[in-house]
Amino acid sequence: AAVTSPLRACRGILKEIRFMKGSGYRHTHVYKYVLDQFRRNQVTGAQYCRERMDALHTACTYQCLLTSTRVHLHLHELYHARGERDPEQMAGLVGLRLPTQPGGKGWET
Amino acid sequence: MLRNFCRHHRQFAQVIWPFSLSQGQHVSSSPTHQQKANYGSAITERKKFYESVSISQGEGGLFEINLDKRKLKTPGGTLFTVPNEALAIAVATEWDAQKDTLKFYTMHLTTLCNTALDNPTQRTKDQMISAALKFLETDTICYRVDEPPGLVELQKNEWDPVMNWIEQRYKVVIGSSSCIMGPQIPEETKETFHQHLNSYNFWSLTGLEYVITQLKSLVLSFGLIDKHLSVEQAVLLSRLEEEYQIQHWGNVEWAHDYDMYELRARTAAGALFVHLSSESTAVKKKLLRD
Repeated sequence: AAVTSPLRACRGILKEIRFMKGSGYRHTHVYKYVLDQFRRNQVTGAQYCRERMDALHTACTYQCLLTSTRVHLHLHELYHARGERDPEQMAGLVGLRLPTQPGGKGWET
Repeated sequence: MLRNFCRHHRQFAQVIWPFSLSQGQHVSSSPTHQQKANYGSAITERKKFYESVSISQGEGGLFEINLDKRKLKTPGGTLFTVPNEALAIAVATEWDAQKDTLKFYTMHLTTLCNTALDNPTQRTKDQMISAALKFLETDTICYRVDEPPGLVELQKNEWDPVMNWIEQRYKVVIGSSSCIMGPQIPEETKETFHQHLNSYNFWSLTGLEYVITQLKSLVLSFGLIDKHLSVEQAVLLSRLEEEYQIQHWGNVEWAHDYDMYELRARTAAGALFVHLSSESTAVKKKLLRD
């Protein structure tokens, strides 16, 4: 069962490529290939010898791959790549603050 | 209820996009920069040593990847070749997407190709097929719980349709159970699946094995490979109990989301690998004759 329309899938992939490459994204192999594939399959979206929306499923899978690797890398850099942080930074990462105590903690001089 | 999960995760994805890599490189603060250098060992990260990536067609119609002028090789030393153009472009894109350092843990397609080319553990097709069939006995979909009732209901609503689909499509009987022994898989079912798996080539089987290991379920893998489920749906169904607990107790981004996106990336890579390795397209143009 296809979840998205071909237009959305195509745009999704191209957006991911743009995130990946920055400004020169139109000159990459993958950009040209993807557009070429989408144009080719325009007429033959449903073929009898294959699963319905076969090419669309592959396109959605590729988009999922690109998005997930990017987001996973981002989360990795954010949370797991920095070694040990001090407690205040760690709390700030999840939106909390450490409690303050008037008079300082008992063991601090 | 499944739709609520999807919406929940989509909200998070929206939050992450403004902070995406289009902003440029991360700037690490000076006390942690030292520690960051220690965590990048020679095996997991290397500096990027090339500028451009391209593909070329070599002998036998196989495609090769060129990094700057040098041809890419597998860790085993053999030339890196792929049988079709789409897979070659996808692998080239993975290499192209690296910035400054090469992060091999994000290059899933390259890893799969290396495994298929080198075959470091000397697996044969038969071994892979029997391993996959063995997995059916411990398939996630077949194991149901008795309580809490919310989870029982969820499992019935979400997993039963997939079970019905695969039983209809392959004309087999699998069944599910809630006791510790698991379901009894009849021999005819295994025979049917054995024949079906035998029709895939070695590369596709490598990918399929990978997907099964990631999703912890043969049924879901077949659903994904047969294009009945999307990657997001398959991952959701695989993690059904976790999602249930997240709905109940809340989501922890650095663990739950991290795991989910990693699972999605790996499963998508595996599925794409299988699809691209197991099909070939030929376009015949019809000429209009007057």
